[in-house]
Amino acid sequence: MTSRISPDLPGTYVFDGPTSRRGFRMNKLFMSLRSEAARTDFLADEPGYCARFGLTDDQTEAVLERDWQAMLDLGGSIFYIYKLAMMDGHSMQYLGGVFTGMSEADFKAAMLAGGRTDV
Amino acid sequence: MSEVIWGLATSHVPSIGAAMDRGVTADPVWAPLFEGYAPAREWLADNTPDVAILVYNDHANGIDLDIVPTFAIGTAERYEVADEGFGRRPVPDVVGSPELSFHLLQNLMDDGFDLTVFQELDVDHGFTVPLSVWTPQPGDAWPCPVVPLLVNVIQYPQPTAARCYALGKALGRAIASFEGARTVGILGTGGMSHQLAGARAGFINPRFDAMFLDAIENDPEKLAALTREDFIREAGSEGIELIMWLVMRGAMNAQVRKVHSAYHVPASNTAAGLALFDNRTAQPA
Ligand SMILES: [Fe+2]
Repeated sequence: MTSRISPDLPGTYVFDGPTSRRGFRMNKLFMSLRSEAARTDFLADEPGYCARFGLTDDQTEAVLERDWQAMLDLGGSIFYIYKLAMMDGHSMQYLGGVFTGMSEADFKAAMLAGGRTDV
Repeated sequence: MSEVIWGLATSHVPSIGAAMDRGVTADPVWAPLFEGYAPAREWLADNTPDVAILVYNDHANGIDLDIVPTFAIGTAERYEVADEGFGRRPVPDVVGSPELSFHLLQNLMDDGFDLTVFQELDVDHGFTVPLSVWTPQPGDAWPCPVVPLLVNVIQYPQPTAARCYALGKALGRAIASFEGARTVGILGTGGMSHQLAGARAGFINPRFDAMFLDAIENDPEKLAALTREDFIREAGSEGIELIMWLVMRGAMNAQVRKVHSAYHVPASNTAAGLALFDNRTAQPA
């Protein structure tokens, strides 16, 4: 049997092994933000905090710029990225808006109208 | 000898728990969802088992990506409620049943399921929201001890639907030989269709969800034949959580009686589904 690779579906991230390898350090950073003390440390020196977790330059920039799309592209898992978004006071609907080029209000309205059934 | 008396499949979206914790379940956006739960909750309140098994996944709260167990079972006396970054939910910690855990572990291992074992793990919304769907007002304690069964649904490749269903069947056999309880409830959690990231974020597939709600009762084999790619395409990248419903279903009889089901869009970015089955029903000859 040949080895199966993860499916390639348009507009869809599949968090597979290679992606998880790529984002490993960055996802660890995100998970650390569950604790108040870590959030305080992070906010006091974001570049230093990224360096401490061993993020690549690209990942550090994505985190500092809050470039949510880049975080996904650089191996972030949405469940981990969400920890940073929550710290900033953002909802999952806000992120949904970012990923789909909609405002948070429009994204919420689309969900309330039954979700995006045509994508 | 123990018997599975019911199976409850339910979404475990964090905002469902948050709506309850903030007391906004009667608000117009939430009321239809919670009204849909009411008949199931009523029935469950009259059918409390001696012990329950809850099939769930963690979301970067109890475990990280250092070690990703495909299937794992908890053997602790107690599981604390996780602080996911905004304070822990104001709900009781979970009392476990080590005796049942060790029985299941031994029997599942002998049956070919090589489970990871955890002795300490904080449980997140994936666990506590289904308990709240079951028991909205637990007071100081949940209705009975609960054994966690953890499934990796986040990092590809997840176990196949067929393997989840087979695990459920083995679980059913293991439960039947347990002497320490009489009645067991089993919860399968997660889903229904949803996708959180990518240009397809917000994807909902009511047609697939309706098919799934029907087949989980009447034709689980059909669902067990779905591939990962089928789930991701038809139910969204996070909709693959639905494989955990198959563990629950596998542990039940061929024929079950539907007590209640409900479906509502949205709970945040997710289609929320619930299906409650009574397992004490006459079986086909
Ligand atoms: Fe989940």
